[in-house]
Amino acid sequence: MRAPGPVDRRRGKVGERLFVWLCLACVLVPLAMLGVLLGDVIVDGAGRIDWAFIRGFPSRRASVAGIWPALVGSIYLIGLTAMMAVPIGVGAAVYLEEYGRRSKVAGFIEVNIANLAGVPSVIYGLLGLEVFVRVFGFGSTILAGSCTLALLVLPIVIMASREALRTVPDSLREGAYALGATRWQTIRQVVLPSALPGILTGAILAVARALGETAPLIVVGAVVFITFSPDLHSQYTALPIQIFNWVSMPQKAFLENAAAAIVVLMVVLLLLNSVAIVLRNKYQKRNY
Amino acid sequence: MFPVVRQAMTRLAARNGSPRSAVPWHERLIEVGLFACGALSVLVTAGILLVLAFETFEFFQGVSLGEFLGDTRWTPLFVDKHFGIWPLVCGTLLTSAIAIAVALPLGLMAAIYLSEFASARARRILKPTLELLAGVPTLVYGYFALVFITPILQKFIPDLAGFNALAPGIVMGFMIMPMISSLSEDALYAVPNGLREGAYALGSAKLPAIFRVIIPAARSGIIAAVTLAISRAIGETMVVTIAAGQQPNLTLDPRVPIETMTAYIISISKGDTPTGTLEYRTIFAVGSMLFLMTFVMNLVSHRMAKKLRYGGAGT
Repeated sequence: MRAPGPVDRRRGKVGERLFVWLCLACVLVPLAMLGVLLGDVIVDGAGRIDWAFIRGFPSRRASVAGIWPALVGSIYLIGLTAMMAVPIGVGAAVYLEEYGRRSKVAGFIEVNIANLAGVPSVIYGLLGLEVFVRVFGFGSTILAGSCTLALLVLPIVIMASREALRTVPDSLREGAYALGATRWQTIRQVVLPSALPGILTGAILAVARALGETAPLIVVGAVVFITFSPDLHSQYTALPIQIFNWVSMPQKAFLENAAAAIVVLMVVLLLLNSVAIVLRNKYQKRNY
Repeated sequence: MFPVVRQAMTRLAARNGSPRSAVPWHERLIEVGLFACGALSVLVTAGILLVLAFETFEFFQGVSLGEFLGDTRWTPLFVDKHFGIWPLVCGTLLTSAIAIAVALPLGLMAAIYLSEFASARARRILKPTLELLAGVPTLVYGYFALVFITPILQKFIPDLAGFNALAPGIVMGFMIMPMISSLSEDALYAVPNGLREGAYALGSAKLPAIFRVIIPAARSGIIAAVTLAISRAIGETMVVTIAAGQQPNLTLDPRVPIETMTAYIISISKGDTPTGTLEYRTIFAVGSMLFLMTFVMNLVSHRMAKKLRYGGAGT
């Protein structure tokens, strides 16, 4: 490397300060952009939100349309998704961390999960369409949608749970074994309780991801115009689908509806994330 | 100590007075069950590959591979049907290139700031805050690109269409920027301090040390971050579906409407094309192409990340 002389050095100081400011700008500009995005959505949509909008059904007239079926559909979807993805994901994580450490099969599964995490969500939609909607014959129901979303968020649950299991010190496991506990007793009563905050956080993040997903649901056939509260085996819609439909409308009034529904979606996401933070803090306080 | 854990240990100690050598049968069963949970992920991969392969094979019963890769028009729903994939690939590459052009400088410089200049406290606050950008549903970015960014850009570029590749590309850039900044920052931060000190000891100022020592040492990690971001941009669906239009144009002009591979899949899925038709199979053929492209990118990223972990920084 060329050794910079004293002159170089002084010039470097001014350049350096400029460079630092430039780098800082690269952190702040995206954050400002996020602020503008949120501000824009709230300005466009907040005025439209009232009880009638929340409890309303879709309509060809923008001013009376509401999001009730979409909201109910989304709640069903994320509930079912969590019920499937969380137990399976935690189970897989326990296997990989507690049973399969350093085994070849576990290594293969691990690489496989890393790959799955990078598969575009719309591809999961194609998988769901072929397997759940057609081969299993679920049709375009909430069940098919949740199964698809569950597969989509599974890698998130697994990776977060593994991370949590890894933070449990080995001395705890060894302590349990020394007391004569079997492997499963150790896992159930020692390892899982101390990894719980991390696992819960991962589960909630996965649910948040499922809530915002649009593309796979469109592919597995969520429809827009639902004028009843959906149940498991009926056609259904979801909040992102409703928003997408309104965004695609040419009339400006529907864009306002879309913005309002986005505000609702973002509020629910914010609530979910706050729950994750609160849960985490609570458990951490109790444990440490 | 963990009180919960201590209670559990006491309980266990009381229950298991004598050591057991054999694993009880129900524990075996549990292990098999847990293994099945892990193996499900392999089934998912196999499912994706099988579904794509099967439907794509059926697709090529009706359309020749030569037409798929040789034709320059994509008009599967017109009377005059053409099945040339290039307009869709081109649309995808165009929006992805714009996104990376935005995300790469922003992400890399932000990573340098966080790793090399920010105080520990600023780093602890700024890094998760930046990651919030990645938590916003992509649909919301699509809305933002369509109703906010495009009108602003139209003031500067008068012949920018209402649907175009530029606005969603830029917005997508901001969306994937945290991925680049976060992963690159991890790589930069992992460069051993000895290398920095060595550079200073040789009389280097801070900037040359960053550009000639630290970034080269972290390059595998940075490449891993960027390829992962490219893969994400290629697979991104809602932003381009909402804001880039639905016209498969073979063009590199960012001002006109285009259609990406992902947007095509959505546009067919929301209509009611009957299952089992050739039109229906096109979405799986396009899906296969999409899967292939993202898979290659993920593979490169994975390799690079591994290199960083084992090759050691600073070689």
